Amino acid sequence: MKITEQGSSTAIPEIFTHPDIDAWQRRHVLDLDDFTREEMELVFDIADAMAEVLTREVKRVPTLRGKTMVTMFYEPSTRTRASFELAAKSLSADTLSLDATKSSVVKGESLVDNLRTLQALGADVIVMRHSQSGAPYLATQYLNTSIINAGDGWHAHPSQALLDLYTIRRHLGKLTDLRVAIVGDIMHSRVARSNIWGMSTMGVKVVLCAPSTLLPHGLSEFLTRCRFSNVSIEPRLESAVEGADVVMLLRLQMERQQSGLLPSLREYIQNYQLTQHRLSLAKPCALVLHPGPVNEGVEVCPEVAHGAQSAIEQQVTNGVAIRMALLYLIAGGKRSNVS
Amino acid sequence: MAEKSLMSRKDIERALVRITHEIVERNKGARDIVLVGMQTRGVPLAHRLAATIQILEGVTVPVGSLDITLYRDDLSSLALKHVVQRTDVPFDITGKHVILVDDVFYTGRSIRAAMDAIIDLGRPQTIQLAVLVDRGHRELPIRADYAGKNIPTARNEEVKVYVKEADGEDKVAIVIPDMGCER
Repeated sequence: MKITEQGSSTAIPEIFTHPDIDAWQRRHVLDLDDFTREEMELVFDIADAMAEVLTREVKRVPTLRGKTMVTMFYEPSTRTRASFELAAKSLSADTLSLDATKSSVVKGESLVDNLRTLQALGADVIVMRHSQSGAPYLATQYLNTSIINAGDGWHAHPSQALLDLYTIRRHLGKLTDLRVAIVGDIMHSRVARSNIWGMSTMGVKVVLCAPSTLLPHGLSEFLTRCRFSNVSIEPRLESAVEGADVVMLLRLQMERQQSGLLPSLREYIQNYQLTQHRLSLAKPCALVLHPGPVNEGVEVCPEVAHGAQSAIEQQVTNGVAIRMALLYLIAGGKRSNVS
Repeated sequence: MAEKSLMSRKDIERALVRITHEIVERNKGARDIVLVGMQTRGVPLAHRLAATIQILEGVTVPVGSLDITLYRDDLSSLALKHVVQRTDVPFDITGKHVILVDDVFYTGRSIRAAMDAIIDLGRPQTIQLAVLVDRGHRELPIRADYAGKNIPTARNEEVKVYVKEADGEDKVAIVIPDMGCER
């Protein structure tokens, strides 16, 4: 498959180049660590079609009529949850949003029993977020329902990484020969982890930039051992940003900074805030991404966050299209080689 | 498997020219006409109809492409999964005569889906259907307004339309299975 910016798709020969639907054989979306390039490109191509639906006056197609998606969040979230809900609604699926803090979990019900109840209620897809890394993997061992991981602990957030890659593809027209700087609290970031997997598979060069206390222990050994030849570590923001095509900022998780990982917030801002001046070291049309919620004035100054190079709002819009594509692939129709 | 040719390049060309005349006659000109080709082989056919209208009437009619995957009625049951392609109808269809263009007209289910898709995009004055081949076996009360050729078929046969944009040549063929032929 070619990676091209979609736009003038009326050109006839192009429409006959189908991506291969058989590349998709998944029931669950847990992380990008085992995604192939073909699978990700298929998701992006379908997201292009979904993005068209979202530009219509009536943003709804009947594709998943009669299917039920349940979002079960054991951790707070606004945009991921809203995004999944909008995606499901645009595909005419029924949605049910459960807030674990108000559910029978507080009465002591276990995670598995809690999810089993949702399955018994007829959920076709469960979108879950949990503070424990690996919780969705546990769920797949006990349930027949499809599980989408909407964030587990520090581990993975695959739909976010897919929408980040998709936003880059839409804006820069390609995913090859790119250099992406991921800046900030890498240690606690599931977004960074899923992006490292996804970007490595797509052949994007990744530069990780953070104070050493916010990098996972043994990261450089891990990168060498697992042959992540496209991923490097650069402690200085200026060097990481220099020549970059994309600067992806991570939220400084204030609630996790009590443990003394940073000498002071002020020092972090001084060394790691993306300012207009630092952004000017990157390529002229470099893109600024942030998974949100943004701490304006901490990891990024307001002029950059709302500047011409920022695609932070488009990330949110693209997120709906990506999640529609995932829901379609998981819940819409059977796979061709399964009887 | 025996493949038998049913229409040559010349036959297809003549059929499309006749359909164009019929479209222009029925709609008293080409004003307010828009063509929407159904992915994938309906799209090049729609472009050819538009080119012929341009020659006959000197009017450039807009051409769009429609993907009906999201509107299929067999998505959750037995169907294979399909890649969703982009729908590209970059013009307003409200008040227009929308001519849907498809290669093979069979059960009518994809046309039903296409009509739903069109109506989601606006409120056309009329929706008309132009097909290159009508092979029968309708399962819904839908008929074609313009048909290139009516070909009686058995359900276990397959009608294949080749277009030069995708397949390098223009022709229509029928594939007849060797065994268990139930005429």
